[in-house]
This record gives sequence, structure tokens and C-alpha cells, in this order.
Amino acid sequence: MSLAKHGSAPTSLTSVSMGRKVKDRLVQVLVYLAFALAVIPLVSVLWMVIKNGIGRFDLDFFSFSQNGIGPRDAGGGAYHAIIGTLEQVLLTSVMAVPLGILTAVYLVEYGQDRRLARTISFFVDVMTGIPSIVAGLFILAFWLLLLGFSFSGFAGALALAILMLPTVVRSAEEMLKLVPNELREASFALGVPRWRTVCFVVLPTALSGIVSGVMLAVARVMGETAPLLLLVFVTSSINMNPFSGPQMALPVFIWDQAGQPNDTAIARAWTAALTLILIIMALNLTARLIARLRRPASR
Amino acid sequence: MAKRIEVSGLHAYYGQVHAIEDISMSVEPRSVTAFIGPSGCGKSTFLRTLNRMHEVIPAARVEGKVLLDSEDLYGSEVDPVAVRRVVGMVFQRPNPFPTMSIYDNVAAGLKLNGMRGKSRLDEVVERSLRGANLWNEVKDRLNRPGAGLSGGQQQRLCIARAIAVEPQVLLMDEPCSALDPISTLAIEDLIAKLKEHYTIVIVTHNMQQAARVSDRTAFFNIAGTGQPGRLIEVDDTSKIFTNPVEKATEDYITGRFG
Repeated sequence: MSLAKHGSAPTSLTSVSMGRKVKDRLVQVLVYLAFALAVIPLVSVLWMVIKNGIGRFDLDFFSFSQNGIGPRDAGGGAYHAIIGTLEQVLLTSVMAVPLGILTAVYLVEYGQDRRLARTISFFVDVMTGIPSIVAGLFILAFWLLLLGFSFSGFAGALALAILMLPTVVRSAEEMLKLVPNELREASFALGVPRWRTVCFVVLPTALSGIVSGVMLAVARVMGETAPLLLLVFVTSSINMNPFSGPQMALPVFIWDQAGQPNDTAIARAWTAALTLILIIMALNLTARLIARLRRPASR
Repeated sequence: MAKRIEVSGLHAYYGQVHAIEDISMSVEPRSVTAFIGPSGCGKSTFLRTLNRMHEVIPAARVEGKVLLDSEDLYGSEVDPVAVRRVVGMVFQRPNPFPTMSIYDNVAAGLKLNGMRGKSRLDEVVERSLRGANLWNEVKDRLNRPGAGLSGGQQQRLCIARAIAVEPQVLLMDEPCSALDPISTLAIEDLIAKLKEHYTIVIVTHNMQQAARVSDRTAFFNIAGTGQPGRLIEVDDTSKIFTNPVEKATEDYITGRFG
């Protein structure tokens, strides 16, 4: 500062060379540009869905099914599809989340470098690559054709669980690996058995990360259409029982309505898309809230 | 209730690596025994064999005997979890459980072993925190996270956590190496106090600390890289620091090492 005041030659402390300034600005612009590019599709999707979906975002939509309503008719709703999606994804999560987290616990806490752990790890990687239609066909061949069950929300949930499982395992595994080994040792040194250490020290420490991983998996599975078409089929009426008969689901509803050549049906499809996004967002927020409330433990 | 430790013919391995070789020594009850020696000479490994923490590391194994008042810790019937309840440990870096409050950190060993009853837990937590000279600093914020304390306080919290389960022996693996001199002094005072009830073994790189806090000192050394660590000499601290038998010990404590 004082040097500059005295008008002496700029020293290396006070001046940055022109080249560096230009480079700095250039990289800054590039970073902001990349950010903007990444945000454009996100914002435009949200904008389109809200703009087109808000028209039918009314009470009817959430309280009526499509029973007896043709594609050209106004009104009707996605009540049956919302029920179907919630039930199917709940069943999926009940199957895939505990199994996934337990698998991750085995891989990180018990498997170490055993052959079994490496084998499981390999097959989890393979499962990650299964296309959803293949999972659907597998359950179709196994559950419907071989064992002779018929279309149901549960059959769909089985296929969705296959898709959800590897995502849950991988994300939970990453989170468990982040838990410092010192915490496990501290717990062992207190004479706490391994399983209690896992339940009361390791899992709570990794909880918020595991919750976000599970939410991502739920979001992914909630938007799946192909296996549901094969296994749950399509219906326009309300079926509360996920264990028997065809059910509707939101992604299938969107696919069904968007395929009709009528504005009324297409408007319903947009609103269903908006509903799906909102459900996933709401679930995400609740899960984060729960994770946060549980964080700094009190007495 | 402090117990005596008698080690004979102890070897420890990490997979194929022979980490410590043929150690035999005894640790007196209600005393402080310091382990000194250069880095990598197996002090910490040896310390971890005393409560069967060594075998927590994959492929690590131990041969030999560690008698705790005539009971062999490596007997085939012995449950390592039960051993660790009797022989507690404090680590180099303070490691309070991040998801738990100060109170829960201290109560962790008891709660996780199934102890219930708030008034009993309250009592143990207060006694342990007083025992670790931390009660006055944290008594008004027992529900705050343990990770919010300063480094020295965290280490005393870890000591409180270790003594809450009432072990017979307390192992300390360089408990002051991450702390400033004031906190170190607080821990050293605490060690002097704890010695009335516990058998204490402390690993330290600080020769003055060994001289200040310990009654007996064991010097470990390695012949060279890749060689197993060995116990060179163990004796009363005053003798080790003034008139050691082995030349290697004298060289090390006078700084003529290497």
C-alpha cells in the first residue's frame, strides 16, 4: 500500500501480471459458463413441466381416477396412479433398502477382502448395469410365467427392487467407507462387540449419507416405466391392493396419457409429471429433515 | 482392583511381516509403565497386543502369552470383547463419537453394553468426567456434541469414556502427541492421579514425559528397516534415564541415536 503511495515501481507483492489476470478471468468465465450450461436443462425441464402441468393441478386430479373417462373427456385424475406408485415404491423400498444396507455392512464391516465379499461386489456392479426392461422380463418369466402369479403391484415392485438394490448397496458402501476407522477402534477398545459398534457407532455416523443415497435410489425407481408395463399392466380404475390385479403407476399413466392425441389427455400427462417430481422432492426433503434432526444426538 | 500384566515370548505379525519379536516383561499394578523407542519399533503394536486390538487389523496375528493376573488373554476360551472391557485404551488422536453428545460419549461403553437406568448412568458420567478432570469444564453442556470441544478436552473426554467402563488396565498410545503443552500437562496430572486405581501403560515419543510420569520404562528398538522390533531393556525409570545397562538405551535417551 505505502509503496504504491510513494509511486515507486510496483513490486511483486502488489501487482499481478497481466497474463495471470487474463487467465484468471478466463477460467472464471469458463466455470460460470459450465455451471449455466448444467443448469439450463434442469431449469427448462422444471419450467416446462410446471407451465404445462399447472393447468390440471386441481382437486379433481388428486381425487379421481380415469375410470369411465375417455381420452377426449376433460376431468379425470391420477388418484389411482398416485396410490399405485406410492404402494409399489414402498414395497420396493421395504425389500431393497434393508437388504442393500445389510449387504453394504457386510462388504465394509465383515467381508474385508474375502472371496465372498469380492464376488458380491462384482455382482453388484453387474446388477448396476441391468436395463430396467431386462429386470422386468426376468420377473415376468420367473414370477408370472414360471410360478403362475398374475399382474400385480407386487410383481412390479420385485423388478424395481432388482433395479434399486445395487444403487443402495453402492451408495451405502461408499458412506460406510467414509466412517473413520478410529471410531470403530474406539468402540472396540471399550469392549463393545462388533455388531453393536456397527449399529450404534458406524451406521449413525454414516446415516445422513445413506439417507441421501437411498433417496436417489427411490427417485430413480419411481420414474421407471418399462417393468411396470410388463408386470403391473395398465388400468384406469383404483386398485388399492398391490398384491392382486393390475395397478396404475404415475410413469405408466404419463406414458398412457401422453400417447393419446387429445389435449385433455396430454394436459393430464403433464400434471402427472409435475406430481411425480413433487412427490420425489417431498420425500427427499423429509428424509433430509429426519437425518438432520437425528444428527447431534442429545440425551 | 488394578491387575498385573505378565508377557512372555510374545511375537506379533502383520501378514508376513514380523512386527515384534520375542517380548517378555511384566507390568506392575498401580504404576505407570512407559514405552519409548524410535518410530516403527513396535511400541504401539505391542501395546495393542495387550488388549487384543492388534488382531482387529486384517491378517494381523499374535503368538505368545499375555497373563493378566494369571489369566492368559490369548487363551482359546477367551473372548477378545471381554478382554477389552478389562483393558481399556486411549488413542493418539482424540476420537470422540461425532454423532454423540458429551454425555453419550462418556456413557457409550456402558450403554452399548446394555446398561440402562438414568440415575446410574448420570452417576457414572459425573464420576468419570471428574476422574478425567473435565467435569467443571463441561458440566453445563453435557448435551452438546463431543466434537465441539478443544483437542485437549476431547482427549480427556476419551479418557473419561475409557475409565467409565471401569477397566483394570489403561493403555495410552501417545495420548499427548496431538496436544499443546498446557493440555499435555493436564493429561500428565491426570495420569498421576489415575495411577492410584489403574495399571497404566503409556507409549510416548517424549522422553521428558516418560521421565515425568512413569515408574518404569521399557526401551524398544529395531536392528534395521524390515527387522522386527525388540525389547532392549526395561527397568525403573530413574535407572533407565541415569544408568541404563544397554548402550543402545543410553544412545537413544541421550540423543546419539542413529
